[in-house]
Amino acid sequence: MGTADYAVEIRNVTKRFPGVIASNGVNFAVRRGEIHALLGENGAGKSTLMNMLTGLIRPDSGDILIDGKKVALRSPADAISLGIGMVHQHFRLVETFTVAENITLGMPTPRFRLDMDPIEQEVQEFSAKFGLEVNPKARIWQLSVGEQQRVEIIKMLYRGVNVLILDEPTAVLTPMEVKELFQVMRRMAASGKTLIFISHKLDEVMEISDRVTVLRAGKDVFTAETASTTKRELASKMVGRELKPPPPRPRGTFGAPVLELEGLQALGDRGEVALKGLSLSVLAGEIHGIAGVAGNGQRELAECITGLRKTLAGRVVINGKDYTNRHPRAIIEAGVSHIPEDRLGMGLAANLPLTENAIMKNYREDEMGPGAVIDRKRATQWTRDLVSRFQVKAPTLRTPVRLLSGGNSQKLLLARETTHDHNVVVAVHPTRGLDVGATEAVHQVLLAQRSAGIGILLISEDLEELLSLCDRISVIFEGRIVGSVERENVDIDEIGMMMAGIDPAGEGAGPVEAGV
Amino acid sequence: MGESNMLVSILAAAVSSGTPILFAALGELITETAGVMNIGVEGMMLVGAVAGFLASVRTGNLLLGVLAALLAGGLLALLHAFMCIALKVNQIVSGLALTLFGTGISGYLGKSMIGVPLPNHFRSVPLPALSRLPVLGPVLFNHDVLVYLSFVLVPAVWYLFYRTRPGLHLRAVGESPETADALGVNVFRTRYVSVVVGGMLAGLGGAYLSLAYAPSWIENMTAGRGWIAVALVIFAVWNPLRALAGAYLFGGVEAMGFRIQALGLRVPSFFLKMMPYIFTIVVLTVITASSSKQSSRAPQGLGRPYERE
Repeated sequence: MGTADYAVEIRNVTKRFPGVIASNGVNFAVRRGEIHALLGENGAGKSTLMNMLTGLIRPDSGDILIDGKKVALRSPADAISLGIGMVHQHFRLVETFTVAENITLGMPTPRFRLDMDPIEQEVQEFSAKFGLEVNPKARIWQLSVGEQQRVEIIKMLYRGVNVLILDEPTAVLTPMEVKELFQVMRRMAASGKTLIFISHKLDEVMEISDRVTVLRAGKDVFTAETASTTKRELASKMVGRELKPPPPRPRGTFGAPVLELEGLQALGDRGEVALKGLSLSVLAGEIHGIAGVAGNGQRELAECITGLRKTLAGRVVINGKDYTNRHPRAIIEAGVSHIPEDRLGMGLAANLPLTENAIMKNYREDEMGPGAVIDRKRATQWTRDLVSRFQVKAPTLRTPVRLLSGGNSQKLLLARETTHDHNVVVAVHPTRGLDVGATEAVHQVLLAQRSAGIGILLISEDLEELLSLCDRISVIFEGRIVGSVERENVDIDEIGMMMAGIDPAGEGAGPVEAGV
Repeated sequence: MGESNMLVSILAAAVSSGTPILFAALGELITETAGVMNIGVEGMMLVGAVAGFLASVRTGNLLLGVLAALLAGGLLALLHAFMCIALKVNQIVSGLALTLFGTGISGYLGKSMIGVPLPNHFRSVPLPALSRLPVLGPVLFNHDVLVYLSFVLVPAVWYLFYRTRPGLHLRAVGESPETADALGVNVFRTRYVSVVVGGMLAGLGGAYLSLAYAPSWIENMTAGRGWIAVALVIFAVWNPLRALAGAYLFGGVEAMGFRIQALGLRVPSFFLKMMPYIFTIVVLTVITASSSKQSSRAPQGLGRPYERE
């Protein structure tokens, strides 16, 4: 197949960010008029690749070819003028504007007087042609998420885009809306548009795509006709074969359960059911890992345990006592430490210095000064101790923590959370975005906690990390634990399939409903 | 007959005394719609007033006075735009600094102008035919040209906002700069232009005070009208037609205060001077509170410096 048959071709593209190679010599080619699925876990390099294709970032090396011609893309507007458009996960729409106003926004003509009637007419025509039903006079805030997505698609079609990138378009949709979207996608492909469909849902990839490319760790590891591959094969490509089973280590001494969750149910931020009866337990001295693709209820799980999200049904039991929907302070006092996902937003006060952040959990106690008074000397001494014990590198103790590197702010957070009186740690993506050294330091702290008999719930998307640290790994999928394996008999393929929603027992069956 | 005459004269006075606020409020409305808060209106008005007065006295030409006022207000606003858009300084702090600076520099420049008579000032130009209409004629059509200009400006701003592409882009930049930028709208240029135009209109409002309403230079002659203009924009929910109503309301109460004083009623003058400010804010608060939530929203990008990721 000659170069000119490809609508888009990416050749040997590399992009480095400080500390990571986001794309490492990626090759990726999309034929004209096909629906090409781009599959990969979070951090596999999907977004980086697409951001290069839409002109948001520029590759360090390698070429991007559009219709067989080399191009240099400098902005999204550049990309659009070359016929490449993207529908982002977070829509770029002006909420108070009408559909038609959003679609004409940024267009060069008509230059001055804006008569909306002909524009609304045109929008209507595009809607009808591709089955994207939406009222051009409606205001965006009145529309459902599915309708807003249609506006985004029309916006791109209206600009004459030939290649449309859809970034996890189904993540925000109801099953009914997904069906409608797939019909629209087929119609667009039939009319000659090229579609790049980013997803990590295997069922959808199998259903809609003509070809599929799998990215892993910044490399394209697999490309095939969708019809000639299987979900099982794709799942194993996504997770990767070079992941080795964890090295054996002496079985820890586990105590009584310190954290037990029974049938947790909770809503997500958008009002969807995020946890659908989740049960698990963490024993003293155990690291219990939660594997899963992002957005399957991990955040809601951590927030229900720590009292930051309302639990609708089920129980949170800490050290044998019911703490469901109690105040976060009561839960802290019950012995739960929290390393949140958003370390500078929720974990630390970014604009406050190290000292204030370090004493945030024990400022109420007498060791920091009598009553409501904080003894600065003692607070400083306490912070100095933590900083030297956890090797936090900071110019001074008065430096605002936002100026620290990711690794150092995470170490400070760990220092605060693990030196206070506690016996449960809930850690969410504790090494995300950290360099190798800081990651290692975080791992050492978690292992030391384990040795000290503390129960750790480790939520992570990094399977390698889970494999190396955990005594037990459970897989979360669509708000439930779908399976659980002991360290001694881990099967990486099995975990990968559970993460993708496949029952390892048989290809094609729906998500497993197993409890723990 | 006497009573209706008095009503007509109060209404006519409401229009002329509301006009400087109307100009300033329209300017601020344009600025804020593009997403930049400029609370330095008081300073820009004062600088406009003194510049207009100085230029008119020196040249004897009112038109040059108006041009000088536009230029002075626009220059001060350009400073604010540079601080807020390029340097991303806190917009409230920069606006306050603008007011303090404008108050100081206008006082300094105007020192020699206190008590100096204007060679010429804007006089009433009754519009043929229209000015002879009963009630409406004397209330609306027996004013100077700047008042007529404001009559044109209000619908013009509305038309620009809601019926033209530059207006659509301006509103998009204020609502969601990220969206506008992604579609190729130049966020920075749009904001610069709208802040400068806003300052020019504030300067014009100031010039109206010194060249038509007073007409003379008195230190600090805006007496808080700039602040009323800022408040008016919020209460007018960024709608130019409502800003007009608010400005005339202020003017009306102020005019009424003068009449009450003239009648010799024993009301403390401080109280009368306070009235228009309180009345305007109370009425507009009630209106805002009773209007629907979605229509009383501030531009979502207001006060937030735009930075590309």
